[in-house]
Amino acid sequence: MPLFDQLYNFAHWMTRNREEAEDLVQETYAKGLKGFSSFQAGTNFRAWMYRIMRNTFLTSRTGLRAAMTIALDLGKDGPELAVESETPETILIERSDSYLIQSAIDGLPTHFREIILLCDLEEMSYQEIADTLSIPVGTVMSRLARARKALRDEVTAETVKGRVRK
Amino acid sequence: MGCNFWKTKHDTYLDGELAAEEMRVFSAHLHTCPSCATDALMRVLTKRSIQAAGKRFTPMAEFRTRVQQSIAARPWRSSMRFGWVIATTTLAILLVTGVAVTHAGRDRTRREHVYSELADLHVATLASLAQVDVVSSDQHTVKPWFEGKVPFTFNLPDLQNSEFSLLGGRITYLDQVSGAHLIYQLRNQDISVFIFLEEAVRGKWNEEYPVIKELSFHMETWSQGGLRYCIIGDASAGDIDDLAELLKRASSS
Repeated sequence: MPLFDQLYNFAHWMTRNREEAEDLVQETYAKGLKGFSSFQAGTNFRAWMYRIMRNTFLTSRTGLRAAMTIALDLGKDGPELAVESETPETILIERSDSYLIQSAIDGLPTHFREIILLCDLEEMSYQEIADTLSIPVGTVMSRLARARKALRDEVTAETVKGRVRK
Repeated sequence: MGCNFWKTKHDTYLDGELAAEEMRVFSAHLHTCPSCATDALMRVLTKRSIQAAGKRFTPMAEFRTRVQQSIAARPWRSSMRFGWVIATTTLAILLVTGVAVTHAGRDRTRREHVYSELADLHVATLASLAQVDVVSSDQHTVKPWFEGKVPFTFNLPDLQNSEFSLLGGRITYLDQVSGAHLIYQLRNQDISVFIFLEEAVRGKWNEEYPVIKELSFHMETWSQGGLRYCIIGDASAGDIDDLAELLKRASSS
């Protein structure tokens, strides 16, 4: 089955629950096969499948709860800060801890989590992400920038939490 | 353009989304600016960390099997009810009917399974980044590529004066039986042609319905010269039939 492992991984990240992820994947394949005639040859099959999955997720109970977190795409953020002595990146390198980045991704709102995963994990182009999320490419760029900033903040926050615990 | 301008472009650059000219200028800037180079390196490392940490969840084998089965499964209309009515009149007829119906049911399930399997192969190929292993529109290049890879030879049609074009081919497997999988294109629609040795896949096909519609695909199958041909695609039934005719003529020549 095409894309099975990737879709499952993405579904689990979105739902944060194994059973719900399985239901989501199963429904995605069922809808994909049922509606294959609507898939236009020559267009992106991967984006089409992810779009089905995302739309299915958004109508699920978990997805509806997540959708209550409103995504504000309010244009560009200000200029980014120069590299400081200790940045989220240096923390990551120092600790080389995948648990840290996993809990940071997990702590992101759904709309940030999905765009980071589509870009950095699935290595989708901005156009593919735009097709998957049904948003303009410009919105992809601004949302991605804010998602990355939020991730950096999460990494820093997780690190501080860890230090306090110690 | 100074660092402040480029600082806003680091991620776009690393995502490979800058225009070619900007890409070139920024690359040159990175070679001369330690601050931007360090920042870019840090961001690359973050991307790599996300990539490694993001591959976190793996589907269980039982779940994979369950999905495969649910996709392959089709409503199975039992005719046992009819056999049961007859049984009330005569035990002998029940036995004969029951046995016949059970066999018919099994045959039908097996046939439906093979059509679903071919639909899966077709979809998987469409989704694949490398759709074909031999890339050529020339049948004289594609046909010899299969020699020694499949236990049979076949003829491919000359597509001059036809709307179809050959994209190439690959080896495929249907229930552990190797075969040839050719991809044709018609008006941007991909069509799969599967060829297997007939004796290796005998009994899997419904000869009464050589043209069917499966999962929104049109499909046509026939046996010719000891080979089993099957065409599947979301082109119209008429287009599928036109390609079938070309293949039939090539096979008989």
